[in-house]
Amino acid sequence: MDFARKDLLGIEDLSAEEIVAILDTAQAMKEILTRDKKKVPTLQGKTVVTLFFESSTRTRLSFELAAKRLSADTLSVAAQTSSVTKRETLLDTVRNLEAMQADYIVLRHPLSGAAAHLAQHSEASIVNAGDGSHEHPSQALLDAFTIRERFGKLSGLKVLIVGDIAHSRVARSNLFLLTKLGAKVMFAGPGTLLPDAFSKMGAELHERLDDAIPQADVIMMLRVQFERMKGPYFPSEREYALRFCLSPKRLAQAPKHAIVMHPGPVNRGLEVSPEVADGSSSVILDQVSNGIATRMAILYLLSNGKAQKGQA
Amino acid sequence: MKLLIRGGRLIEPSLGLDGRYDVLVEDGKVIDLVQGGLPKAPEGAKVYEAAGKVIAPGFIDIHVHLREPGQEYKEDIETGTRAAMAGGFTSVCCMANTEPCNDNAQVTKYILDRAAATAKINVFPIGAITKGLEGKELAEMGDMMAAGAVAFSDDGKCLQNAELMRRALEYARGLGAPVINHSEDCDLVGHGCMNEGIVSARLGLHGNPVTAEIVQVGRDIVVAEAARSRLHVPHASAKGSIDLVRQAKERGAAVTCEVTPHHLLLTEEAVALYNTNAKMAPPLRTEEDRQALCEALASGVIDCIATDHAPHSPDEKDREFELAPNGVIGMETALPVALLLVERGIISLPKLVERLTVGAARCIGLRKGTLAKGADADITVFDPGVPVEVNANRFQSKSRNCPFHGWKLKGHVEAVFCGGKPVWGNAA
Repeated sequence: MDFARKDLLGIEDLSAEEIVAILDTAQAMKEILTRDKKKVPTLQGKTVVTLFFESSTRTRLSFELAAKRLSADTLSVAAQTSSVTKRETLLDTVRNLEAMQADYIVLRHPLSGAAAHLAQHSEASIVNAGDGSHEHPSQALLDAFTIRERFGKLSGLKVLIVGDIAHSRVARSNLFLLTKLGAKVMFAGPGTLLPDAFSKMGAELHERLDDAIPQADVIMMLRVQFERMKGPYFPSEREYALRFCLSPKRLAQAPKHAIVMHPGPVNRGLEVSPEVADGSSSVILDQVSNGIATRMAILYLLSNGKAQKGQA
Repeated sequence: MKLLIRGGRLIEPSLGLDGRYDVLVEDGKVIDLVQGGLPKAPEGAKVYEAAGKVIAPGFIDIHVHLREPGQEYKEDIETGTRAAMAGGFTSVCCMANTEPCNDNAQVTKYILDRAAATAKINVFPIGAITKGLEGKELAEMGDMMAAGAVAFSDDGKCLQNAELMRRALEYARGLGAPVINHSEDCDLVGHGCMNEGIVSARLGLHGNPVTAEIVQVGRDIVVAEAARSRLHVPHASAKGSIDLVRQAKERGAAVTCEVTPHHLLLTEEAVALYNTNAKMAPPLRTEEDRQALCEALASGVIDCIATDHAPHSPDEKDREFELAPNGVIGMETALPVALLLVERGIISLPKLVERLTVGAARCIGLRKGTLAKGADADITVFDPGVPVEVNANRFQSKSRNCPFHGWKLKGHVEAVFCGGKPVWGNAA
């Protein structure tokens, strides 16, 4: 199928066919990663800049490794060491990167909509690697890839996402993706972090975790995002863990085949108990491995999309 | 010096007139409205032909930001009043949040001096309620009033302290001036930057809940009624606020209310995808709210249209949504945008003119908005049927932050007279 996009800004405006195209391409990329020589020349001569305004280990390394596996040149800019500290605007920073002929800008930013803002002004392909509480499309894609790998499908599965839904870009991207591909999404968390609006967007909301766990094929625990919480959302970490931590006892209520996911980084003991994070149901490290193949697929498909747009 | 404006349809809501009248002006005052028209122009009179056009009292915008002194890169009194004239306005009330803010008579005088030097229409300053707009100590309202201020407001900084609000209302009572309080409970707004709802959930933006406005409107009405003072509610955005204003009016409370053109025509959907020209406070709400505002404008629960003309430079607006400032400009589009409501059968043309003229004057207590004999000859002539395409790049305003850019509308201001002088359009 045609994947005629310059940018990947979110899942919301992707079609189901485009999502499947990315997942299928990621499957092929994963095969490359099993070879002895884990590198192909696809993006030789292209430049991928990772521009991160929030701390990240997994996502940045994963994009960089994905770019390197495709033979692109990679540059990495961290906000703490850049001219942003000299009050340069985001737009000016990116215009300068473009003047250095960056082909891709992989952006992580604390503000929702930052990637969309750049894409309106940029010739380079903008890849959203997380914008505020909005979207984290590559995470949702690698999550879907991991679920599909385990169950062979997405359609008909029940996926329970637990925690700070209100502030989570992972929850949003997963909701958009999973509902497009026919899975059922349940959100669970304290009422303060579970906006009603999500029920109008196809999610089933649960304020009591124990009601939802027995129905779940997939349990995705979210990190409590203290950096985005600007209000009184719950009384204490202790109480949050009492009510919403995925303990072995809670996990025992789930179907035997259920898998446990987490986008990382994990607050052990807060969202997930160590026994569960390291247990046999956990696919947390599979998610990390699959992230590279998924991001290779994204970079590859966007290069095609950009070329097609250029010809048009 | 005589002026005759003839041949048009006069809509003069303060006198209940709608029909073929000629307007005769002498020495800046209206001296006669002649039904059916004069058979011939008085000797020596200048004649403006208004056949096929609507003649109305000059429009009044009681909520604008002219940005002078202090933020002249966004707007100044000259460009802001030119934008007003282009929109058919002959009087504007400018908000106190300049730099320095208008919290003392010196700044009030400065604004009026600059207006006398650079503006061709009437500029009425609104003074601050509290010193520095800080919500802590009352500003010298009496002194500002003596210098020419017409009302009091801390503008976008909602006065949260209920006791101070009570005292401001009690104090302003003796001055005969209304208090205008931006209606948002700051705690409930939190970090909200658009309406809290399905769009904010989709976009991952902090929501500003509708309750923030309703709670504040409710408190202010209760306090104002107890103080037997005049409260004006600016830019109502929510059905719940309108319900409270309606109930207060039914009890006979001295409460008035305005609405902006953008809240009448747009909803939260306009924010997607991160359109900062749809970012303002209070935010655009839901379709249900929008319809309630339209109904309230037609029924008179809402007294007037005010634009909250809030200029910001392109660099300030064209950035990450949460970092962009609140506000949109509105004076140059108010008429054609509001005429959409007439076209859609929501409000009659005479009622719309009322909401742009005497309805607005009444909220503040301005002796404007009428063409009764002896009144200042502030007159706007417009053609409601002319197609126009909104082009922000051709605005008189220094700023471009208009949510209606590119809209195809109808309605054009043909001529504006202020104090009998032609100041804008094909009469100037």
